[in-house]
Amino acid sequence: MTEKEKEFLRILEKDPRTTPEKIATMTGSSPQAVEKAIKKAEGEGVIVKYKTVINWEKAGEEQVMALIEVKVAPQRDVGFDAAAERIYRFPQTRSVYLVSGTYDLAVLVTGKTMQEVAAFVAEKLSPLESVQGTVTHFLLKRFKEDGDILVGKETTPRLPYTL
Amino acid sequence: METPEVRKSPLSRRLEAIPPSGIRRFFDLVRSVEGIISLGVGEPDYATPWHIREAGIYALEKGYTMYTPNTGLPQLREAIARYLEENYGVAYNPETEVLVTVGVSQGMDLAMRAILNPGEEVIIPDPAYVAYVPCALLAGGKPVPIPTTGEEGFRLSHERVAQAITPATKALLFGYPANPTGTVMPRRELLALAELVRKHQLIAVSDEIYARLVYEGEHTCFAALPGMKERTILLGGFSKAYAMTGWRLGYACAPTEIIEAMTRVHQYTMMCAPIMAQMAALEAIRNGDAAVKEMAREYNHRRRAIVKGLNAIGLPCPEPQGAFYAFPSIRATGLSSEEFTEKLLMEEKVAVVHGSTFGACGEGYVRCCYAVSLPAIEEALKRMGRFMARYGR
Repeated sequence: MTEKEKEFLRILEKDPRTTPEKIATMTGSSPQAVEKAIKKAEGEGVIVKYKTVINWEKAGEEQVMALIEVKVAPQRDVGFDAAAERIYRFPQTRSVYLVSGTYDLAVLVTGKTMQEVAAFVAEKLSPLESVQGTVTHFLLKRFKEDGDILVGKETTPRLPYTL
Repeated sequence: METPEVRKSPLSRRLEAIPPSGIRRFFDLVRSVEGIISLGVGEPDYATPWHIREAGIYALEKGYTMYTPNTGLPQLREAIARYLEENYGVAYNPETEVLVTVGVSQGMDLAMRAILNPGEEVIIPDPAYVAYVPCALLAGGKPVPIPTTGEEGFRLSHERVAQAITPATKALLFGYPANPTGTVMPRRELLALAELVRKHQLIAVSDEIYARLVYEGEHTCFAALPGMKERTILLGGFSKAYAMTGWRLGYACAPTEIIEAMTRVHQYTMMCAPIMAQMAALEAIRNGDAAVKEMAREYNHRRRAIVKGLNAIGLPCPEPQGAFYAFPSIRATGLSSEEFTEKLLMEEKVAVVHGSTFGACGEGYVRCCYAVSLPAIEEALKRMGRFMARYGR
């Protein structure tokens, strides 16, 4: 992947609606070259998908999120992968990571209510054979997510006319 | 008591040569109109990167609230010297050849006061940053503007400089990348100027505040050219690259004799640059590289967008190679740059700076700052497009 192509990706990462024409202008390339590079990146899975960040709370939609520490017994040949798969296939899980430290999998779960999340942990996650234990942390406030600050934007008092 | 017949002016005669800035009026106008998009700014739209701000906060917490040595914190001078050596290969002694200043603005004033005798001439490109001529005048010098043209990309012609040199010429003062034109001087043209500096024993005062904002090729540090370290006052700072304009921090590097003279003025008029700003600058120079590159990348995107847009609406604009200004020609409108600026402001609510602010040769051009978000640039271009549909010929 060339530097130019990475440049296209950085622009798309910030705003996937940026048109190839605009990306071409911003980077000094041709729209055709941009389109070709994007197609290629999509084909290779470099671009996973295009999505929209929504603050559901602002839309009046209640959402509960929990970070769950999961201790897992690794299995022969597959390590943690099999256990992780059993977990990440549940649509309730938003993110699943293998981590170093006192537990093995960090799982982010979302639900409409605390009861819904608690039920998922009690009925789906904990009973899994390979899961040895869980600790559930309900999220109380979201300050920043995926690099975006959610709790108010900084406005800078720049003077409107300076030399 | 009798009233004297002629009123005695309370003001210095020297100031009479310095007209009040015409910018004040525009500043008030811009503030009085709602919904303006301002391309009339001269600083980044970013706040200082957080890690640098945090270092300033930490400095305050730790009680860094006192004076520093006149020349600045030793560790900051060392960091500046190391930075210049690593980036441009010019080696300054942090003990004797580096002075931390309150922005390049103060460095410029100190430089002029340190080197000029009454009436000595300072060669300055026209157009150029607004402070150059007043700084020379305030120090008792005589500014000698050298015309540059849009056709030549506002590069400073060494032939024209050579013609302007007299026995009274003391210094050559310039800044590249340039405000307001975005011009970067190619190395070979700087070498030709260096030859004149050497031949006529001039002092080059090189304002390199925009050094980190070069989009095509690499920045040439004037002091790093052969034989120029001995004859150059290099002025640099943190404002533009690190988005630290309000911290007011810069530096001057020059031969010991000159730094010593500048420090003498500095110690009696400024004492030292503020310590918390120096602590923040230390963090900037040590760990700020990634943030600088990220901001420069964004400016570059906006630069290409604004240049393409300006050309498309009938405001010819060659690609500026540095800083964050586009300097399109407005001649097609038949308006003066001041008329253009005022009409554009009142009719389409877009603020730009009329080129004549920066010297007679800036007439026929306006400065558009692109350190503004891309959507704002697009909206400004749309409005300017409407304006050009009415006034363009």
